[in-house]
Formats: sequence, structure tokens, C-alpha cells
Amino acid sequence: MSEDTDATNGPDGGWFDGLDPEDDDAAAAIIEGRAETPRGWPTLAVDSGFADDTDDYYDRLRAAATRATRRTVRERERADDRQLIHAVRAMDDCERTANEVAERATEWAGAIFDTAPTGVDGARDVAAREPNEAAERRAVSLATRAVDLADERDELSAYIERTAPSVAPNLSAMAGPELAARLIALAGGLEPLAKKPSGTVQVLGAEDALFAHLAGRAPSPKHGVIYTHDFVRNTRPADRGSAARAFAGKLTLAARVDHYSGELRAELHEDLRERIATIRARADSERADTEGVSADE
Amino acid sequence: MSETSERLPAGVERRSIEGRSRLATRGEPVYGEPTADGWRTWDPNRSKLGAMIELGMDHGLVGDETVLYLGAAAGTTVSHVADFAGPTYAVEFAARPARDLLSAAETRDRLIPLLKDARRPETYGHVVEADVDAIIQDVATRGQAAVAVRNARFLAPDGRLLLAVKARSEDVTDAPAAVFERTLDRLRDRYEIRETERLDPYHEDHLGVIATLR
Ligand SMILES: C[S@@+](CC[C@H](N)C(=O)[O-])C[C@H]1O[C@@H](n2cnc3c(N)ncnc32)[C@H](O)[C@@H]1O
Repeated sequence: MSEDTDATNGPDGGWFDGLDPEDDDAAAAIIEGRAETPRGWPTLAVDSGFADDTDDYYDRLRAAATRATRRTVRERERADDRQLIHAVRAMDDCERTANEVAERATEWAGAIFDTAPTGVDGARDVAAREPNEAAERRAVSLATRAVDLADERDELSAYIERTAPSVAPNLSAMAGPELAARLIALAGGLEPLAKKPSGTVQVLGAEDALFAHLAGRAPSPKHGVIYTHDFVRNTRPADRGSAARAFAGKLTLAARVDHYSGELRAELHEDLRERIATIRARADSERADTEGVSADE
Repeated sequence: MSETSERLPAGVERRSIEGRSRLATRGEPVYGEPTADGWRTWDPNRSKLGAMIELGMDHGLVGDETVLYLGAAAGTTVSHVADFAGPTYAVEFAARPARDLLSAAETRDRLIPLLKDARRPETYGHVVEADVDAIIQDVATRGQAAVAVRNARFLAPDGRLLLAVKARSEDVTDAPAAVFERTLDRLRDRYEIRETERLDPYHEDHLGVIATLR
């Protein structure tokens, strides 16, 4: 256990630090507090007089944690697909801009400090430098903006991972939270997505290619943003069209269940896995025929 | 540690329920499971930890321990854990299942629901105590080993990690065996692997892992 047993204050203390058990908002302390390193909180709370004994401590903790969880659940349920759309668009903006600014900053820094690395990692190196005169100050400052944007992109990505499963549980379970958010954003919301035919969902994000096709300049696109998913990408090219069609079909169903009921439906996911397994098995058996390999899965 | 006879934690028993002998704990039912005389069936088909116990893995649980449970979902498994264990911290990051978890916690006075992201233990390090006896993890999202590694800070030196790894969460296309190997490798950063077992036939393409700190 830790060396000092007095309750600490500040960012690494327990949730109960400085709380008046009768008056203060213990739920907020649970929600907002932070500590890198856990400690023997029950004992510390009793020693500091927050609780009479460990039983009393656990009673208070459970009451506070329950209130905190209930409050956050309610808030999250109110947060709807709109936030997700903003977040996914902002994430893409941050990524693109971070790269662009990082390129510029590292190019500039290369001329001043004769360092080579480019991109966001290069910008991180530059941002850590101590500038000595005006031009250096500008280059270092610019690199710092690129790094901040890249960090913001990661924060947005974490936000999407946390939020998408409560907005669209089935779609997120099937596509992963990020792709689920992208589909919702491309359709303009969960409801419009739920109302689209599966053929449209299949090519969402391939509007340019679709437009070229309609203008008679290109073949019809077989998949849009769903291409980024393993189900499509890791299927051999000859079968990608069928994989994309099967995947889009189930995604459409998932979006409908999410919009109309919000319940997680296991059988939806089972069905999709079977469809993909069948498509893959076709490729495997053809390969086995020619190479004598057997597929295990 | 070489018992051949079954070791169940105090508070977990095999009871005859609906004419069959089944794992059970004492408590209010949570998910419509069959009950008899106040005992509720712990269905290994619905619970990875239930399957690990059913398969005779050396879980080391004795009853009354302090537990950190990661990926509590609607509380199917963690409600059984809270029935036999001591203080049970239940971490879940999705709001929808957390609503059901709250209901499961209503009748369990040492089940502590936390709506937190298990990849960010610093957001609950001020709540979950140090030196828990067991970490039970079933998050089923990419990066399962990283979650276990990051949460190692909570585990007592002689505590155990009881982990269910879902192959498809890491990579839907790679062979499960390869996924499991990579996951175990990553776990070895902080843990010593004591035992592994596939959870078939209860859970396809899942690996049960028991580990201690290294
Ligand atoms: C397979 S389910 C768990 C089922 C549960 N253990 C049971 O047996 O009752 C996985 C759960 O982990 C949650 N989860 C996934 N990643 C998580 C994370 N980083 N932090 C907290 N919970 C997470 C998911 O929201 C989901 O509810």
C-alpha cells in the first residue's frame, strides 16, 4: 500500500476528498474526478473522517456512484445523432488540417533547424524546440497548432467510440463505432439512414463515383465508405461486390432496429457472419482445390 | 493449486434447477434466468466467467473478494459476481446497457456501477480502490489486452486477472488462434499467463485467460 495514509487533496486524491458527506454533490465528484494511481480509498476515507467505517464508506460510495451513473445515462441518451455527425466531420477536418499544417511547419523548420522528419510526428519534434528568434518562434508555434489539431482528432475519435454505441447499438456493433458514425453522417442522421434502401447504403460515400457512373463515364461503384470495413476489404476482389451487398443489407437492418427500437439484436450479427463466412468459404474452397490447403474457421 | 475436484467460490453452488444440476448464486433474478429456492441459474452460455468456471479453470475465486469488473454491460455476469463477492466495481461505458446495470444493482448493496471507459483508468482511479483481489474483464472491443494492461494498476500483487478474449473483436477476418497469440503476447507486458482455455462450446472463438501480475 501507499506510504502516506493521510487523505490527499488535489487531482490525485479520492472522490471523497474535501466532500461534506451531508451537503456536497458526491455524484459530480465521481463523474469529474481523476487519479492516475489508485490507493486504499476505503481506509483513507475512514481515517479522514469521511466515513465511520468501511461498511459506511461502501454505502456512501455506492449511493454516489449510482446517482452519477444514472445522471450520465440520462444525459447521454439525450445526446443524439447530431453530435455524432458533428464529431465525425470535425474529426476528418482536424486530421486533414493537422497534416497540412504539419507539412508546412516541418518544411519551414527544416529550413531553420536543418531537421528532417515531416508530418505530425515531425511537428511534435519541432513543437518541443526552444525558439531563439522571430522566425523560429513562428515555425515552432505553427508546429504546436498542428500537434494540437492531431490531439483534438484523437479526442474526437475517442468521443465517437464512446457515443456511437448508445446512439446506434446494432450499427456500431456491426460496423464499429467510427464507420457507424460515418454512415449516419453521410445519410444526414440515423432516421434518414434507417429509411434508405440497402443499395444506397452500399454506395454511401461514393457519391463522386456514382455521379461519374450516371454521367456515363465510369462503371457503377460496388461500395462506398463500407469498403473500409474488414468484411469487404479483406474479401478477395472477385467477391467484394457480394460481400458489400450482404454487409450493406445487414447494416440497413441494423440502422432500422436502432432507429425504431434501440434494442441490441444478436441474431442480426449472427446472420451477417454466416453470410460472410459463406462468401469466404467459396474462395477458400476454390483455393483449396488448386493448392490443397484447408481452411480452418 | 492442483485440486482436481471442482472449486467453487463460497456463494456459488450447483443446485438442481428445473430438473438439472446448474451453477447458481443467491440473489434477485436479472435476465429472466430460472430460479429455485432463492438461487438463480448462472448460465455459462450467457456468461464467459460462468463458462470459465464450468470448464474447471483455476479461477482462484473464494467468495467475498473485492472485484473490478470491466465490461459489465447490462449486468448479466457481474450480478452473479456481486452475489458471492464483496465490493464489486462494475465498469461499463455504453449508456444503454448501463441503464439495465442500474436495475441489477438496485438489490445488490455492494455492486458499484461506474459509467466509465476501461481504456482510461485514470478516470476512475479516484473511485476504484488499489489492490483488488480480481479483475474480471469481458469488453469484447479491439485492444482487449491493452485494457487489461492499463488496469493492472488496480490488482493486488497476489490477485488474478480473469479475462475473456473475443477473437472477432480484434480482427474479424484473422484466424482466432493467431489473434489469441498476439493478445497473450501483449498481456505479457504486465502479466504472467497461468492458464488459457477456449470457451467452446459455450462461446465460440473466445479464449479464457487466467493471469497474475509479473
Ligand atoms: C460482451 S459485452 C459484456 C457482457 C458481460 N460481461 C456479461 O457477461 O454480462 C461487452 C461490453 O463491454 C463494453 N465495453 C467495450 N469496451 C469498453 C470500454 N473500453 N470500457 C467499458 N466498457 C466497454 C461494451 O459496451 C459491452 O457492453
